[in-house]
Amino acid sequence: MMLRFLKRLWFIIAHPATHLSLGFLTMGGFVMGIIFWGGFNTALEVTNTETFCISCHEMRNNVYEELKTTIHYTNRSGVRATCPDCHVPHSWPRKIARKMQASKEVWGKIFGTIDTREKFLDKRLELAQHEWARLEANDSLECRNCHSMESMDITRQSKRASEAHERFLFTGEKTCINCHKGIAHQLPDMHGQDMFGASTHSPQPMTPVQGDSAEVEAYIRTAED
Amino acid sequence: MLKRFAFALALLVALPLHAENQLGGIRPDTPLAEESEAPQIPPVINADVKQVRNYPDQPPLIPHKTDNYQIDLNVNKCLTCHSRTAVEDSQAPMISVTHFMDREGQTLGTVSPRRYFCTQCHVVQHDAEPPVVNGFVDVDSVLGHMQGAATGGE
Repeated sequence: MMLRFLKRLWFIIAHPATHLSLGFLTMGGFVMGIIFWGGFNTALEVTNTETFCISCHEMRNNVYEELKTTIHYTNRSGVRATCPDCHVPHSWPRKIARKMQASKEVWGKIFGTIDTREKFLDKRLELAQHEWARLEANDSLECRNCHSMESMDITRQSKRASEAHERFLFTGEKTCINCHKGIAHQLPDMHGQDMFGASTHSPQPMTPVQGDSAEVEAYIRTAED
Repeated sequence: MLKRFAFALALLVALPLHAENQLGGIRPDTPLAEESEAPQIPPVINADVKQVRNYPDQPPLIPHKTDNYQIDLNVNKCLTCHSRTAVEDSQAPMISVTHFMDREGQTLGTVSPRRYFCTQCHVVQHDAEPPVVNGFVDVDSVLGHMQGAATGGE
């Protein structure tokens, strides 16, 4: 039964249409192509709005609430960043790649991975690390979509900011996210995390003491007495 | 009887004269029942220039903006520049060694929990005229004055 259906399907596909004109088929294909492609892109753009993001309580009650207090939501000129401005790449192939990754988030939504505040806080470090890694890998591309190095007039910055940008940003030693973690959301527990990019002063693993440790232990015992 | 009447009369005359403008301080000109126009919020001084301490153990003032700095159980934003290990990169002043001491004066390995919340003592400054006159005199001025008095200056 199934095999017969498949054979019939193959017959239809493999043979020329007998009743439909070539013009109808090509024009029909063209029109349907526009409709399907337009529909796909429209649907994609709908998922790329803040309204869509905060239609889930996980986003609305946690990260969106935190964003509201920051400079990227409220400021003197009223220009603001929405969720996808920072979290979705703007160029099309990268956007599609990110959207495919984001299908995991649909999984998370269905199974309630972070559907309570407590679950969210427990998972927050891991989620933040994903974003930091992503931004480190693409040289803070989403920051630079608005904050370009060429347009940054450091003479109009505070002394501290201009010095830091001159030393770390313009030399390419660090990228935006290295220093600006937590710029738009609260930070998770940062103990043991690098707040300032990789540094020579980050805690190093200790090397075991070489040589005779009995002497050291004996000394410690005398100190305890 | 006459005395009492005179007192009441004096009160009646004096009260309206007085009630107009007796509040002083932050709202000098507006009567209590009326709402004054809110003054503009002054900007935070962001010059990165250290300011003088009024007495030696005054917590140093913060010479820059600290908007949205997160200081909680998870992270202390100030320490990303002012901690012992960060100052080489940031060139910011390191928190003083007193911040490592517990209440018995024992120096700990990291910041003592009682000194963790920076903004309990360290504050930013606004570019604003103080609404109340401050009569504080620097200790050097006091000493100078007393020396002058001792040598028979006044």
